[in-house]
Amino acid sequence: MSGTTLRAAAEPVPALAGTVARPRAGGRLIRIRTTLFGGWLSTAITLVLAYLLFRIAWSTIEWGVVRAVWSVPYTATGAPDSTACKVLDHAGACWAVIADKYRLILFGVYPYEQQWRPLICVGLFVALYVVSAMRMFWRPRLAGIWAATLLAIGVLMWGGVLGLPFVPQDQWGGLPITLILFTFGIALAFPLAVFVALGRRAKSLPGVRVLCIVYVELIRGVPLISLLYMSNEMFPLFLPNGVNVDSLLRAQVAVILFAAAYLAEVVRGGLQALPRGQVEAADALGLSYWQRTAQIELPQALRLVIPPLVNTFIGFFKDTSLVVVIGLIDLLGAGRAAFADPVWSGFSPEVYIFIAAIFFAFCFAMSRYSRALERNLSANRNR
Amino acid sequence: MATASLRWSDPRVRSVVWQVLILGSIAALVAFLVVNVNANRAQRHIASGFGFLDREAHVPIAEALIPYSDATSTFARALVEGLLNTLRIAVVGVVLATVLGTLVGIGQLSRNALLARLCAIYVEVARDIPVLVQLLIWYAVLKLLPVPRQAIHLGGSFLSNRGIIVPMPLASPAWSAMFWAALAGAVLAWFWARWTRVRRARLGRAPPALSIGAALVVGLPLLAWLAYGAPTALEYPALRGFNFGGGTTLSPEYAALLIGLVVYTAAYIAEVVRSGLLAVSHGQTEAATALGLSHGQTLRLIVLPQALRVIIPPLTSEYLNLTKNSSLAVAIGYQDVVSIANTTMTQTGQALEGVTIIMGTYLVINLATSALMSWYERRNRLVER
Repeated sequence: MSGTTLRAAAEPVPALAGTVARPRAGGRLIRIRTTLFGGWLSTAITLVLAYLLFRIAWSTIEWGVVRAVWSVPYTATGAPDSTACKVLDHAGACWAVIADKYRLILFGVYPYEQQWRPLICVGLFVALYVVSAMRMFWRPRLAGIWAATLLAIGVLMWGGVLGLPFVPQDQWGGLPITLILFTFGIALAFPLAVFVALGRRAKSLPGVRVLCIVYVELIRGVPLISLLYMSNEMFPLFLPNGVNVDSLLRAQVAVILFAAAYLAEVVRGGLQALPRGQVEAADALGLSYWQRTAQIELPQALRLVIPPLVNTFIGFFKDTSLVVVIGLIDLLGAGRAAFADPVWSGFSPEVYIFIAAIFFAFCFAMSRYSRALERNLSANRNR
Repeated sequence: MATASLRWSDPRVRSVVWQVLILGSIAALVAFLVVNVNANRAQRHIASGFGFLDREAHVPIAEALIPYSDATSTFARALVEGLLNTLRIAVVGVVLATVLGTLVGIGQLSRNALLARLCAIYVEVARDIPVLVQLLIWYAVLKLLPVPRQAIHLGGSFLSNRGIIVPMPLASPAWSAMFWAALAGAVLAWFWARWTRVRRARLGRAPPALSIGAALVVGLPLLAWLAYGAPTALEYPALRGFNFGGGTTLSPEYAALLIGLVVYTAAYIAEVVRSGLLAVSHGQTEAATALGLSHGQTLRLIVLPQALRVIIPPLTSEYLNLTKNSSLAVAIGYQDVVSIANTTMTQTGQALEGVTIIMGTYLVINLATSALMSWYERRNRLVER
């Protein structure tokens, strides 16, 4: 039943609001009159909302711009002097904390003079997303591009070769951690998800089928936090004595297992939406199971579910912030480290707003892309 | 025959071989993990099993719903407190998120362009910022409120960094009487609806089910309230020393978690409601108008039943998401079941048991809700010829 699968993706339906109740023609004035003042109730709503909007916008501007402190003087020892912020007592934003700590928030405690490396990594990640979003690259060689980019990112972050000094994982932090968890999570969860989705539909393999159902329902039934705890607290118990896995890898395993269960349901929805005739025709041609799956079913099914896939990705991107609970220094964790400095204690809202803006930028871009894609793909299909 | 069929081209042979291979490797992996866990635990002297639940916890719990003592209560008791706190946030959150989400979802379809646009912006912004970041922002803002002595006074309530203190009705036997009256009204309304349905099936017409049912549910508690002399006295909070007395307090932790979860989930619910309403084709409304149904009848008999069929399944999944997201309480120090299980794990070293308790709790909640859902879906499935 596709209803069950679509639930997983929390998929928004394409924006139709704009097509409802729009007056057909007429000048701008007429349009304003019908959409904003088309009756006493509508007029009242417009006036109340406009008043509230004005009040909120004004106090936001007053707090965030007019009375804000953008930078603070530094003492002779190089320490920032946050008195200017403290006397304001939150009547204005203290953006000076961002100006002072943005390197820490973005890159954590990565060696200061080496921070160009995580910066390039962030650029590589963004380039990878942009390339993956372009339809001309939707070919098998995209997998090669991903492998090459992720390898390059690994080399840049760790170093130890090509004259780059080695940086151990416990010094990584900030935005690269968030992007690593997200990207490696998707890259490794996706193949797993495809196999789980296929396994869940394999009627001739009841044992495998039950295994896949239990896996998917178990993971989707528990919060990500419990998986993170499990990997964090129990990995040391699971592995033979003396074998150690660093904290990033532990969280990464939890994220992969979590993402694969949700992605498997999205992929399964696509497989189920394929017309039965496709499978029958492939069987009639004498294709084997793997030929049929790899050449007939998957290419069509995956294309069908790209928009819900992107929506699921947005969810994972936000969910990576949870790793802060097990003490990993991702973007959110590094932000918390920034106002742990006694000079800046009490200015957490400013830091959180900065972090929220970064998350928003990534998620908003993905969500806009997903909507455009949905329109584009359905336009092709309804031709 | 047995030898002849043992070939790779036989699908049954392939099926058995594949399953033995896959299940065998999973079983081997599990066995490997179990052996390691046992060896590691033996080495660290961690006892296995749930025996620790009977030990005294010494976990201070700030918001206990049932009697709890920091000194003598057991871990089991502490975990029950955590579970109750989870349910307290989940139930209240679900109700408020549904109300806000429905309003915003309908607002997005409003003819008023300003209202529709503002609702759409809210949905977009709330969905594009991680719920954990939103919770932390709300918590930081609530903690920045003034101390109780300079609390913000809002119509009988006080906002301070110790939480939100609201007036409460004075204790009176009327409240429990009203609760039981409402319960009795609901049961009576259910029987009344059944009876009208049977009667309508037999005679073709029947007294109205909905209005009488609503009158029973609302009217009986109202009667009980009047019977007790209609008490209206409220206990207002007042400053006593350094803190407030009277009224009821929402701790900053609870308030931040509630606001954050409601704001985040309502955005998703708004999308569910909007798409559900849009899924009912315009022809249905037109046909209803052509049949002479009034606006209210069209909404109640034609649009809502069809929209709800689309809305209910994703809505349930949003409710479950809210419940699962309530586990983020641990990040702001609200003591839900995850938070207390986490404390238990650090105090006793029983990581395996702690994680099992967390997962088991959410699995039970999830499975129960899913069972309820599939029962509802079976009942309301479209019967096609």
